[in-house]
Amino acid sequence: MDDLMRDFLAETSESLAILDVELVKFEQDPSDAEILMNIFRLMHTIKGTCGFLGLARLEKVAHAGEDVLGKFRDGELSPSPKAVSLILTCIDRIREILAALEEQGSEPDGNDEELIGRLAAMAAGAEDEMVADGSVEEPTVEEPTVEEPTVEEATVEERTVEEPAADEIAFPDEAAQDEDTCDEGAPVCDGGFPIAAELVSEVEAALREGCQPATDQEIAAECLAERAREEHEPASATAVEAAEGPAPAAKDKAAGGEDRKAAPAPQSIRVSVDVLETLMTMVSELVLTRNNLLQMVRGRDDSEFLEPLQRLSLITTDLQEGVMKTRMQPVGNAWSKLPRIVRDLAVESGKKLDLQMIGAETELDRQVLELIKDPLMHMVRNSADHGIEMPRDRVAAGKPEMGIISLRAFHEGGHIIIEIKDDGRGLTTRKIREKVIATGLATEAELDGMSENQIQQFIFKAGFSTAETVTNVSGRGVGMDVVRSNIEKIGGTIELKSTAGKGSTFTIKIPLTLAIVSALIVECMGERFAIPQLSVRELVRVSPNSENTVEVINDTPVLRLRNRLLPLVSLHELLALDQDKDLTATDYFVVVTQVGAHNFGIVVDQVFDTEEIVVKPVARMLRKIPFYSGNTILGDGSVIMILDPNGIATQIGQPAVTSGDGGEHITHYAEQRSSLIVFRAGGDALKAVPMGLVARLEDVDMATVEHANGRAVVQYRGHLMPLIDIEPGMAYESTGKKSVLVFSEGERWAGLVVDEIIDIIDEHLQIGLGSSREGVIGTAIINGKATDLIDIAYYLTQAFSDWFGGEEYDAPTATVSLRRKRVLLVDDSRFFLNLLSPQLAILGYDVVTAEGAAEALALRDKGQRFDLIVSDIDMPGMNGFDFAKAVHNEGKWEDVPMIALSSHTARSYMDRGRDAGFIEFVPKSRRNDLLTVLNRTLEDLGEAA
Amino acid sequence: MTHGADPRAAKGGDAAASSELEFLSFFVDDHLFGLPLLKVQDVLDTRPLTRIPLAPPEVAGALNLRGRIITAIDTRKRLALRGSDSETSHMSVVVEHESELCNLIVDKIGDVLRLAEDNFEQNPATLDAAWRDFSTGVYRLEGDLMIVLDVAKLLAFQH
Repeated sequence: MDDLMRDFLAETSESLAILDVELVKFEQDPSDAEILMNIFRLMHTIKGTCGFLGLARLEKVAHAGEDVLGKFRDGELSPSPKAVSLILTCIDRIREILAALEEQGSEPDGNDEELIGRLAAMAAGAEDEMVADGSVEEPTVEEPTVEEPTVEEATVEERTVEEPAADEIAFPDEAAQDEDTCDEGAPVCDGGFPIAAELVSEVEAALREGCQPATDQEIAAECLAERAREEHEPASATAVEAAEGPAPAAKDKAAGGEDRKAAPAPQSIRVSVDVLETLMTMVSELVLTRNNLLQMVRGRDDSEFLEPLQRLSLITTDLQEGVMKTRMQPVGNAWSKLPRIVRDLAVESGKKLDLQMIGAETELDRQVLELIKDPLMHMVRNSADHGIEMPRDRVAAGKPEMGIISLRAFHEGGHIIIEIKDDGRGLTTRKIREKVIATGLATEAELDGMSENQIQQFIFKAGFSTAETVTNVSGRGVGMDVVRSNIEKIGGTIELKSTAGKGSTFTIKIPLTLAIVSALIVECMGERFAIPQLSVRELVRVSPNSENTVEVINDTPVLRLRNRLLPLVSLHELLALDQDKDLTATDYFVVVTQVGAHNFGIVVDQVFDTEEIVVKPVARMLRKIPFYSGNTILGDGSVIMILDPNGIATQIGQPAVTSGDGGEHITHYAEQRSSLIVFRAGGDALKAVPMGLVARLEDVDMATVEHANGRAVVQYRGHLMPLIDIEPGMAYESTGKKSVLVFSEGERWAGLVVDEIIDIIDEHLQIGLGSSREGVIGTAIINGKATDLIDIAYYLTQAFSDWFGGEEYDAPTATVSLRRKRVLLVDDSRFFLNLLSPQLAILGYDVVTAEGAAEALALRDKGQRFDLIVSDIDMPGMNGFDFAKAVHNEGKWEDVPMIALSSHTARSYMDRGRDAGFIEFVPKSRRNDLLTVLNRTLEDLGEAA
Repeated sequence: MTHGADPRAAKGGDAAASSELEFLSFFVDDHLFGLPLLKVQDVLDTRPLTRIPLAPPEVAGALNLRGRIITAIDTRKRLALRGSDSETSHMSVVVEHESELCNLIVDKIGDVLRLAEDNFEQNPATLDAAWRDFSTGVYRLEGDLMIVLDVAKLLAFQH
């Protein structure tokens, strides 16, 4: 019998015991709706679980019972004693089947039609009429003796088998005891009671009906059923059963369930999780105290405490393991549903599937187990549904017809590894590519630059499914991203390896338990901190003459690590321990930390070993500090703060946006592939601008530079072209040639003077670090070197303050404030945001993006100000119309003009938009219109202001 | 207000009064303060503290008290008393508030006083606003005044 079934039996027999008690209570006080709800719920649960386990017979009985209870609940049926008896009978039948189930491992054969029929009749109200007289003869406790003879009369003539039962009635208690002692030998004995109870109620029913012939028929019918059942039950059991019959019936009111609580799984008791949690906490404390003691005697070999301490240590370790074990469950528990699912899938799809499960006994924390159950199921389904091919395709591919999905679980260094592997078709990169492009997650050019494995990782993105057709199993594209986020939620990771034609392997790595974590102890300015080991990728020692060096861009330190730029956060600065740490001078360590897809380095002075720690929440008054996830007591008894890598990542991953006119840009258009001109100007640092913006590269003879209106200009193609410097005030040599990047728009030209043009490259642009310096968008790794990406818009407005002023070139727009306009872009499509924000940024707007109305409103609540909001209409959650209303109804944004952007262009739609408060409505297909509208709107604003 | 007077002088003074409450008195910067005795869990001598960077300045650090982590509050700073961090050994009073333990670092522990409610008075209206917030009232002792601190308010950090 599998664990699932065992749990089910234990649970159900408990529920039944409670049901007995509750029902009797209910009979006494039918007006108590709470008891009734309780009963109903219990019955419902039993029904549900039976259905789930495929126990058809049980389910039917429970269902019929539930119907009657439902009528009680709805007040359609009054809970007469007769009705209650019937329910009790129903419960007895369930118990009887359960007993057999426990013994045989499957449902016994049998016919419940009659019982179900009566329950149904009861539910329909048919048997209700007799309530009036029924109440007199209720199967009461007070007069069991009155009933008993009746039972005998009714049955003994018919069923000689029952003979011995009559004798035993004299000493029912002993019989019951005997039964208890021989529990293991005859587990069915429990089922005995039902028959009696059933008979009691039947006889009652008969009596109530008061018509003998009917009763005879009924009894006859019942007996047939009864006999059929008896054939399946050991005779001895039957004897005891009959004997026990009256006793429980009599006890029903008093002791109820307790007496019959012969749990099918006596070796286990159920303990509330709270108790276990408390135990766990106490053991954790004990471990800490033990560590504390050990630390004290360390190095003192002569200590008389040494020996007892060692013993204490051992016992503590055992105890810890023991208590941990109470929370541990075999991972197989999470797999139990899978064979069935795979089987059903095989039948449905006509595939041949074999599910192999290895390491089902591997144990992990119950809490963790619960959390990975669904992701696992989802992945196995995926493998069966998408991974494995149809038999004929497999044969054609030279594989055996039978597709194998294997699940393997094992321990590895404090983690559990679960592998889901199939030998199916694998992921076809081509399909993923097409899909990626179709959904706009990346462009073709970007994909060209990716490895096969990188492309495959796209399946973890939201809204992605490669199934050609959406089956009812999978293919809705809400899968792997959820799987991944679930696993990451518990500090796990998921990896994918797939070879087309050979199959795919998913590897999930999860921590064994969430209660005790292993942490790396680091030191910074004499203070120690713990960093959860799980997010630590590696440790790098940095010193001025080691191969790992720190480069500083714009006051931002970055570490060049295997040709990647790793942003660095120094704990000194983060925790305000030492603001002016010079990262290039001294020796220190970098803890390479990973949070989700983010990698960053935490700079610390010293690294100690790892320790097992119990995370305790920080005091309430400290919770607003985002960098601590908790604190703990170390082996030496000292308190240590646990750093929260998530908190730190949030702090550095999203550069703080200052409200007002701060020069900070939020640049979300990372990960675009573009041609860049890399050059040097005003210093050694590499700089780059997008090639698309540069009209030409010219060499300008410095001798031709003239000065007019305090500005350097050259005559170029019949126009005066102002020259701009990256570093203001840079003196020009009066001779020689200089490279100039020429930008043009309409009739205007401007030249950016550079020292040296290094290269023109086509690079997958990753802006790793935002920048707060004017004129720099951010820093990217270009050709393996850190390069500042120049914000051309900033320099062009230096040349012509009205460069972006639109067509009115000659108009005196110089009065327009140079302050860059802040535009908030709201769209649920990240892609669209990415597309639009660089365009706007390059046009000189400060662009802030929000992936939905909620995020946007959150910005408002944070006190952000914008000059204009551009919003999509069709967004999940709050749509654009509601968003516009929300913006204009209250808060600081009441007066901010809004422009709608939508793929819908129906007139009614636009009208609705205007009603909602949008001043303009721009179709998404015509983005250029947006730019015009933006300019116009903001200009209007400028004039108004 | 005279400082440094022996609070013991007050002990037993009005013992016959209607209802009495017990207080633990202590000194911070020569001012006499009191906490309801029932609020006090423990009195500790100097212990090593773990500094908590970025914590409010009044939080002196955290320490381990028999396996529980408690937050140490620099009472002097909290009460905006200027007095220098003297080298004299500090004591601290452990109080429990909303199931979290805190210890208030003080200069010197006084006595357990049994005080009659008759001697209790509301804060004088002219008391420093910062102190008025933290205090529930003042006890008139013989020769001194004891300011009764309100633990909840003392530990409510608003930053």
